Amino acid sequence: MTNAASTTTPPSRASASGGGFELGRVLLEGRAYFALILIIAVFSFLSPYYFTVGNFLTMASHVALFGILAIGMLLVILNGGIDLSVGSTLGLSGVIAGFLMQGVTLPWFGVILYPPVWVVAILACGLGGLIGLVNGVLIARFKVPAFVATLGVMYMVRGIALLITNGLTYNSLGGRPDLGNQGFDWLGFNRIMGVPIGVVVMVVLAFLGSLVLTRTPFGRWLYASGGNERAAELSGVPTRFVQMTVYALSGVCAAIAGLILSSQLTSAGPTAGTTYELTAIAAVVIGGAALTGGRGNIRGTMLGAFVIGFLSDGLVIIGISSYWQTVFTGAVIVLAVLLNAIQYRGRAKAPAVAGATPAAKLAG
Amino acid sequence: MTRPDAAPDRDAAVVLTANNIAKAYGSVHALKGVNFEVRRGKVTTLFGENGAGKSTLMKILSGVVKPTSGAIELDGSPVTFASASEARDAGISIIHQELSLAPNMSVRDNIFMGREIAGPTGIDYAEEARQAKVLMAELEEDIDPMTPVETLRLGQQQIVEIARALSVNSRILIMDEPTSALSAAEVEVLFKVIGDLKSRGVAIVYISHHLEEALQITDYAVVLRDGAMTAKADRADIDLEWIVRNMVGENYHLGTPPTGYQFGEVALSVRDLTVTDAANTGIAVVDRLSLDVRAGEIVCIYGLMGAGRTEMLECIAGRVPKAGGEVRLEGREISRLTIAERIAQGLALVPEDRQRDGLVQTMTVGENLSLASIGAFAKRVLLSRSTERAMVDQSIKSVTIKTAGGHAAIGSLSGGNQQKVVIGKMLTTHPRVILLDEPSRGIDIGAKAEVFRLLAERARDGLAVVFSTSEVAECLSIAHRIIVMARGKISAEFGSDASKEQIMAASGEAVVH
Repeated sequence: MTNAASTTTPPSRASASGGGFELGRVLLEGRAYFALILIIAVFSFLSPYYFTVGNFLTMASHVALFGILAIGMLLVILNGGIDLSVGSTLGLSGVIAGFLMQGVTLPWFGVILYPPVWVVAILACGLGGLIGLVNGVLIARFKVPAFVATLGVMYMVRGIALLITNGLTYNSLGGRPDLGNQGFDWLGFNRIMGVPIGVVVMVVLAFLGSLVLTRTPFGRWLYASGGNERAAELSGVPTRFVQMTVYALSGVCAAIAGLILSSQLTSAGPTAGTTYELTAIAAVVIGGAALTGGRGNIRGTMLGAFVIGFLSDGLVIIGISSYWQTVFTGAVIVLAVLLNAIQYRGRAKAPAVAGATPAAKLAG
Repeated sequence: MTRPDAAPDRDAAVVLTANNIAKAYGSVHALKGVNFEVRRGKVTTLFGENGAGKSTLMKILSGVVKPTSGAIELDGSPVTFASASEARDAGISIIHQELSLAPNMSVRDNIFMGREIAGPTGIDYAEEARQAKVLMAELEEDIDPMTPVETLRLGQQQIVEIARALSVNSRILIMDEPTSALSAAEVEVLFKVIGDLKSRGVAIVYISHHLEEALQITDYAVVLRDGAMTAKADRADIDLEWIVRNMVGENYHLGTPPTGYQFGEVALSVRDLTVTDAANTGIAVVDRLSLDVRAGEIVCIYGLMGAGRTEMLECIAGRVPKAGGEVRLEGREISRLTIAERIAQGLALVPEDRQRDGLVQTMTVGENLSLASIGAFAKRVLLSRSTERAMVDQSIKSVTIKTAGGHAAIGSLSGGNQQKVVIGKMLTTHPRVILLDEPSRGIDIGAKAEVFRLLAERARDGLAVVFSTSEVAECLSIAHRIIVMARGKISAEFGSDASKEQIMAASGEAVVH
């Protein structure tokens, strides 16, 4: 067979089911590893401040935001979709949290409700999930292309955030001791054993995500429906349910990121998170996932998020203008996609050759 | 031969010769050194079953595919075609089996696609429309050149495809199954056009599964089997029986119906099932069809392309909605259930196109095998890896998949082993009824025999098996009962003692007459 290459070297699979140590898989993710090591080495050389624990923790808490968004985005991309609404959802989540923290006036009862922080957090996450579900229903039920559906929702959600705040920013998110709603800054400022809470949340979500993808039927269904939806459906996979769920989860991830961001800033603005969806997509792509679905994993996506975060923070530290930062980030994304294309082209050939045989035979 | 009027003109000049053409896809040899010639003003028909290499040979002659070895001579001088357009420039054009039209564009634009007529201000649309009208008139089809192709029914689309090939004014015209979607009247018009082309000196290469139909127009017959030429003759020397004998061969044995046990209750019952064409509403591709299959029984469904086999099987499995009738699984009406629910109830489908519908290329052999029954491995929430591995290993063994193991990439397997993965995947759901749409497509004879043996074993254990095929020899293997479908209906039903000729006649006659 001409596809002998694929039989001798176990082809790297992005679907991480086996715990085996496969050469191809290491190579796939090696790319992002090497990029990260290179970035750290170069910036450590250029700046004495870069290679310090303090700086790494600061950078990690910046990465956490994009990392959390990217976990949700990965689920959507594994399904072969895209979610452009996460930046807006992030913004609205912060705004809703700010709105609730200011107190909700109920004119019928003449009282002002000050919900405790945990209720605020749950409500914000629920809202994020609901926005995601709207995406999911549009896409799975009404067959609206994911790009268009989430683009529309992106605008609507951003508009709602602007309407709620009238374009202004909620600044006092600290709460008041006499109302018992203090503690909103916990997410943004507290640390567990020196590690920012945001980073802890990202690690926990990454662990849960990884568990879902590799150890549950849902994870397998997600890889299958992203890899070949028709085959998955004929195998009895509830493809619509899977599709709706990934968008809902992506919305929840965006809401969590929104809470963390507004807590870090102790303010919630309606334009927070603009273009964050693109950074999240970039992280997933740099992490080796295929935009066509079915390939990718949490580890790669996390690496992708760190590559982007460490690169842009490094450029800030060595004092490069923000215009150049944009150019560099873009170049890294293009390079990553280019490498993905080369890698997947080599792989796609093997099944194509194998596929050509029966096709040609049956046509005879 | 002695009658001069019946004998074809032996002196007709050979325009195209293929010498010792071979084509290999990986380790599979689609063509093994075929010699073939095409004569001016004559129809040369290629006969052969699916997978015999007919389409591959035609793709080579028309420049779509390059041969692994061998040479092509045009008018006595050797030629090589780098692309289909080079072959077209040399006067060879092809009407593909699969339509190659852009459905969103008009008939006119499709006919002149890639060869637009240039005018002083861009494309000369008026001239294109005029020529398109002339072509439509020639084909006696009342289609406005501005009609978008997607609004035409399949037969009319095929007419457009034919018109496009005619518009090139080629010297050699290859027609690969041109009539599969045409009505009887349209076939007649096409044959008239073929007659005109012959008198203009155009050499025609014709491929059709409708044997009798092809016999009406052919001057020479060439038979291919398993990539090699098995016979060739003049029209006057042959009949239907000669073609079938050379096409099918006598040499392969794919098993016998399992015996020595009683069939159980009716497992699958289909009553007046009607399915309409998804693209063209109102046309019934399956027409009030009724069928009962008992537990342990193996039923073979034979039919030509477009007979409605796939639509019927996919409708029973829940992929395609029904327009009428009912489907019962062990007495329970299942028409309202989803595909997943039908699988859970014990009805499994092995789809026709395993690349498109059967396998997830991004997953491993093991992941593909366990996909349909993955819920069963979940221990509370998480999958039990050891249970899954045991099941995958057991499945690889029971359906005899040759692979490095469950972790191997699905693309590393041969076609036959890939098919066994799809079958194995559905068998792990413990079905009571299994439907297999062309399970032998594109796999070699050894793998075919193994697949059939596997199905026979399961039938003995009480599984009801329904499989479709377009190869007669497969009907006469493990099936207890052979059902012939034509135009969405059952045209004949045979026991396992039927003859190849009987079966072929039942599938074709309804189409020709």
